[in-house]
Amino acid sequence: MEVLAILIPVSLFLGFLGLAAFLWTLRKGMYDDPEGDGQRILDTRYDDKPKPVERDQ
Amino acid sequence: MSLATVRPSACPACEAAPAAEALAAHAPQPDARLLVSVPGVHCAGCISSIEQDLARMEGVNSARLNLTLKRLSVDARAGIEPQDIIARLERLGYDAYEMDAGTISMTETERQGRDLLMRVGVSGFAMMNIMLLSVAVWAGADGPTRDLFHLISALIAIPTVAFAGQPFFRNAWKALRAGRMDMDGPISVAIILTLFISLYESLLSGAHAYFEAVVMLIFFLLVGRYLDFRARAAARSAAQELAALEVPRALRLEYGQERTVNVTDLAAGDVVLVRPGGRVPVDGVVLEGQSEIDRALLTGETLPVYAATGYAVSAGEVNLTGPLQVRVTAAGKDSSLHRMADLVANAESARTRYTTIAQRAAAAYAPTIPILSFAAFIVWYWISGGDLRLALNIAVASLIITCPCALGLAVPAVVTAASGKLFRKGLLIKNGSALERLAEIDTVIFDKTGTLTMGTPVPTNLDQHPAEAATVALALAEASSHPLAQALALALRDQGVTPAAVEAITEQAGYGVEGDWYGRRVRLGRAPWVGAEANSMTAAYLAIGDRTHAFTFTDQLRPGSVDVVQALQAQGKSVRLISGDVPAAVRDLAARLGIADWQAEALPQDKAQAISELHAEGHKVLMVGDGLNDTVALSAAHVSISPASALDAARAASDMVLLGRDLSPVADAVRMSKIALKRIRENLWQSAIYNVIFIPIALFGFATPLWAAFVMSISSISVTLNALRLK
Repeated sequence: MEVLAILIPVSLFLGFLGLAAFLWTLRKGMYDDPEGDGQRILDTRYDDKPKPVERDQ
Repeated sequence: MSLATVRPSACPACEAAPAAEALAAHAPQPDARLLVSVPGVHCAGCISSIEQDLARMEGVNSARLNLTLKRLSVDARAGIEPQDIIARLERLGYDAYEMDAGTISMTETERQGRDLLMRVGVSGFAMMNIMLLSVAVWAGADGPTRDLFHLISALIAIPTVAFAGQPFFRNAWKALRAGRMDMDGPISVAIILTLFISLYESLLSGAHAYFEAVVMLIFFLLVGRYLDFRARAAARSAAQELAALEVPRALRLEYGQERTVNVTDLAAGDVVLVRPGGRVPVDGVVLEGQSEIDRALLTGETLPVYAATGYAVSAGEVNLTGPLQVRVTAAGKDSSLHRMADLVANAESARTRYTTIAQRAAAAYAPTIPILSFAAFIVWYWISGGDLRLALNIAVASLIITCPCALGLAVPAVVTAASGKLFRKGLLIKNGSALERLAEIDTVIFDKTGTLTMGTPVPTNLDQHPAEAATVALALAEASSHPLAQALALALRDQGVTPAAVEAITEQAGYGVEGDWYGRRVRLGRAPWVGAEANSMTAAYLAIGDRTHAFTFTDQLRPGSVDVVQALQAQGKSVRLISGDVPAAVRDLAARLGIADWQAEALPQDKAQAISELHAEGHKVLMVGDGLNDTVALSAAHVSISPASALDAARAASDMVLLGRDLSPVADAVRMSKIALKRIRENLWQSAIYNVIFIPIALFGFATPLWAAFVMSISSISVTLNALRLK
């Protein structure tokens, strides 16, 4: 049962990590246009080089 | 100006000070963000062609298309107007509509949405973590291990509830203060009570703690709230913020000088100048000048009307050919536009407040939750001979199990699925209960001009004229801004006709265009003026010397209008046509579309009258219209739809907005709304059945936290899946 002393903090930490990741995606506006993001995969413009970074997006 | 009362402004403070809004719009903005609604986009190709094309446009820093909201956001330098972007998009083949760039309310809705989503996320992750611990307890952990797990759960659950439960607590408090009883009251009581009892139990090493059930309840309810919010926010931002067509300013003549003034500053007796292409700002009498007036938006008449000295004009009409000096007879509150707005306000307040099926279900269900658990508490306290802890435990178990998890999802899940499907077809639902009301209609009333037709004339007999007549007509037509002339010029150009060498072209405002063609006088215009015999159809007449030709026109049908009438009739709806236009034009269109029941020369009041008569007979009416003359009828009808090209006031008065040109989504919407209502009913029954099965289990004291978690998730998932079946 001593293993619980490690596992419980680990599980709590992972939960917080997941929550933090979710809040980060939310702040970055990744849920604003789910349909468009799906379609943008088909865009061939940035196939050979990454899209230049924009300030505001 | 006068219609500000019916249009919720993007900036509430500006309602009080219209000048501030006007100033804000004209102030130089260093880098403006322009928003344009583009209903036609649907694929990756649309995204890249629009974004790449706009990136090449002068003055545009960047452009991004949101495919979910079908909205283009352009970051541009000052001086770039939304009209420039719209023109560019139209060259690419996309219809576009301007949206109010006053982004105040936009960011407000975005902020609210993110706030809700954040609460959903927090409760979701907390739910998962607590469940991890609860599974161990359900699997048989006991003694100090169970107590430890319960306490850790409490540690996660209490801050989560304090943060994620706020929307419910706030609503419940608001309802309580107003003396109302809604769903959030019992929910808040259940959440708080369960949390405290569970904490108490854990501290006393009790067997049952309901932390995961509380957090799960909040999670599912928040998902329902978020779906509901999204459906409403998407609709509101696009429909109401499409920019206004009204002119808040007028050109006043003061001692022969023109001065731009606010319309609100005009008084009866002032003289205003209305340039060709401008909208008449006030009611008045023409003092000087002659022209033709387009009254389509006010009365539904397709054909322009002649106006000269002594003729009366009304606010909202468009001056077409010549400049007019108008003496103001009524401005502001007394103008015909404002009287119309008053009628709309009356009709809206007369429309009985519609209670949705969700509200009715909640009203029936809300009191049963506290009553049942209180009864359980009393009965068990008595049976057990005063065991307070047992009685409280059972009361809490029944409280959490009866809490309407699935009920909170039942309606929003269906409405979201249905409005998403309709949005992809080009129909925006502005009002949450519109879908439900649409399912109940049995009669559909269409307006003619601008709704069933595009409101733009199309020549019908170009082939019947000799080539020289066509070339001369083109030369003359291109010199005029009259809608018939422009339609004629466009059609002739499309046929590859080149204009003849007509010289000395002059426009006689109100009559037509005349010129000199190799020494012969040529005229294009009204029948008496060119010396032709007028026929009954809409026509422009051409005279070459003594020979005359009549170019006849018809109003182009809106795409899909034939289909929509047929589809609605096939669904068993009675379809009617009520127009302000002349009988001949209305009869012609009714015959083309197969509508037996039509009425012409209807005043705005007549349309509303027809609707209230139908309502009195027990019919439910769907009104589809676009003009100012339809606004009263739109707000009087059971449910209403207007096209995106409609006047602002008409869009504000209607429940749904057609985004594209095509009218056929109307029939889809009627069909879809029926299925959606069926799904909503099924969902409500489903959640009721779960409760009927599990409430007795809770009341008899057999319920455990495992049962509660099981019932909640299974019922929520089944109503969501049922909503997704919507085709």
